[in-house]
Amino acid sequence: MCGIVGLLVKNPNMRDSIGELMMPMLIGMTERGPDSAGMAIFGAPVAKGELKFSLYAPSMEFNWQGLAHDFDAHLGSSVKISTQGNHAILISHLEAGTVRTWIKQHYPGVHVLSVGQSIDVYKDTGLPADVAARYDFSGMRGTHLVGHTRMATESAVTPAHAHPFTAGEDWCLVHNGSLSNPNSLRRKLQHEGILFETDNDTEAACRFLEWRMREGDDLHTSLQKGFEELDGFFTLLMGTKDQLALVRDPFACKPAVVAEHDDYVAIASEFRSLAKLPDVKNAKIYEPMPEELYIWKV
Amino acid sequence: MESLDLHQISVRELNQYLHQELPGKGITRLEILNPDGVHSIAAGMNVAVDIDIMGHGGYYLGGMNKYANITVHGSVGWGVAENMMSGSVRVKGFASESAGASGHGGTLIIEGDASLRCGISMKGIDIVVGGDIGNLSGFMGQAGRMVVCGNAGDGLGDSLYEAVIYVRGTVKSLGADARFEPMGDEDYAAVAELLARAGFSHDPREFKRVASAKSLYNWNADANQEY
Repeated sequence: MCGIVGLLVKNPNMRDSIGELMMPMLIGMTERGPDSAGMAIFGAPVAKGELKFSLYAPSMEFNWQGLAHDFDAHLGSSVKISTQGNHAILISHLEAGTVRTWIKQHYPGVHVLSVGQSIDVYKDTGLPADVAARYDFSGMRGTHLVGHTRMATESAVTPAHAHPFTAGEDWCLVHNGSLSNPNSLRRKLQHEGILFETDNDTEAACRFLEWRMREGDDLHTSLQKGFEELDGFFTLLMGTKDQLALVRDPFACKPAVVAEHDDYVAIASEFRSLAKLPDVKNAKIYEPMPEELYIWKV
Repeated sequence: MESLDLHQISVRELNQYLHQELPGKGITRLEILNPDGVHSIAAGMNVAVDIDIMGHGGYYLGGMNKYANITVHGSVGWGVAENMMSGSVRVKGFASESAGASGHGGTLIIEGDASLRCGISMKGIDIVVGGDIGNLSGFMGQAGRMVVCGNAGDGLGDSLYEAVIYVRGTVKSLGADARFEPMGDEDYAAVAELLARAGFSHDPREFKRVASAKSLYNWNADANQEY
C-alpha cells in the first residue's frame, strides 16, 4: 500500500501557499505509507541555459559548500547552491550529463534526485510528518506538485527507494501499487543504455515512460505502451513542467479520487487527504476511471 | 437530535459509543458531522437507529450493519456496507469500489454511480444504483438482487450464482456464464418494489434481467478452461 497526492493550483495567489495546502494531504496518507515520503514540486524555472539538480547526501551535516567549491574548481563553472540538510538544489550552466558524471566520480555518495528547469525533489525515510518537517514542505512554493507516502512491499526502505522517481528532465512519477515484471522491463531498458539506480519496480515504470517520450511518443502514446508492458497494479501520478497526469490500471486495483475546484485540482488516493482543502465542499469530486488518462495543465 | 463530530472525537470513540453506549438509550436518530473520508464510520451497527452522515465517508462505512438505517450526505470510499446483514445504507453521492461486497441482507441504495466490483460476492443484499456501475460488478453474486438504473461496465455478473441483476441502460459486456434472460412478472414486481424502496421513478419495463446460465455449476472437463 502507498499513498499518492497531487496538487495543481490554478489561482496564482495560491502558489505561495501550495506547500501549506499540500501538508494535510500528505499527512492524511500516513496510514497508507508510514515508512517514507517524498515530494516533487514544480516552481519558477531557472534562467534559460541553466539546469537545476536536486541532490541527496547521506548525511544531514554534508558539506555542500565544499561540493560547490570543488565543482567550480574542477569544471571552471560556478554553481548556485541552496541547501536543506542532506538535500541541496544546485544550479549550473553545464549539461546534465557533465554534472551527473562529475558528481558520480567525485561524490559517489551523493544522489541526483532530479534534473530540470522547474523541478525540485525531496524524499527520505520516516513518517510523512517528519519528512515534511525535515525539509520544510509547508514553506514550498510553486504551481504544482506530486507527493507520496510509501509502505514498501517489494524493495528496501531507503531514501533512494522512496518516491517520487524521476527520469530525464522535469519529469517525475509516483506509484501506488506493485508491478510483477519490473526485472524484465529493467533488462529491456538496460539494452537501450538506460541506467538504473535502484531495484524498485516504480523506477522501471518511470524510466520506461520517460524513454518512450524521449523516443518521440506523447504522454498518451507512452502510457498506451505502458499498458502493454507494465504487468501489475498501479495508480500512477506524473508531473511535468506544466502538467499533472493520472492513470489507473485496467482493473483499478488501486484507488484515486480527484477534486476539481475553480482554484485548484487535487488528487489523492483517498478523500480523507482532500477533506482539508479550502472550499472542497464546492469542488467536483470524482473517481478516475480505469485505463483512462487524465491530464491537468497549469 | 444527538450530534457527534468527528473533528471532536476519533472514529474509534465514535464506534465505541455507537456499539456500547447507544443501545438502550432510546435514541432513534443521530447525525455524524465532519466525516472527512475517515474509514469504518458506523461499522458494525447492532441497534435500530437512523444515522445521517453529513459529508463524505471513507472505506467500509456501515460495514456489517444489522439494524441501523444510515444515510450518507456525500460520497463513500471502498466497501460501503460490506457484509451488511440487514437494515439499510443510502449514499447520496457516488460509491467507490466493492460497494455492498458480500452483503447478506438489507438494502444498499447509491443515488450516484457505483465503481468497479459493486456487489461482489453478494449473498442476499439488495442493491439499487441510481447511476452506472463499474467493471466486474456482481462477480460471484450468490443471492440477492441488484438494480442498476444507468449502464453497466465490462464483465457484468461474471461467475454468478443465484443473484439477479437488473440493468436499465447498456451493458458493456457480460462476464463468464452471465446471460440476459426474459423478464417475468416476478422480475417486474421485484424491480418495482426495489425502485420504490429507493425512491427512483423509472418504469420497470425498461430493465433487462441478467442471471447465471449455470454452465459453471458443474465441472466440465471438455471446456478446456475456456469459458
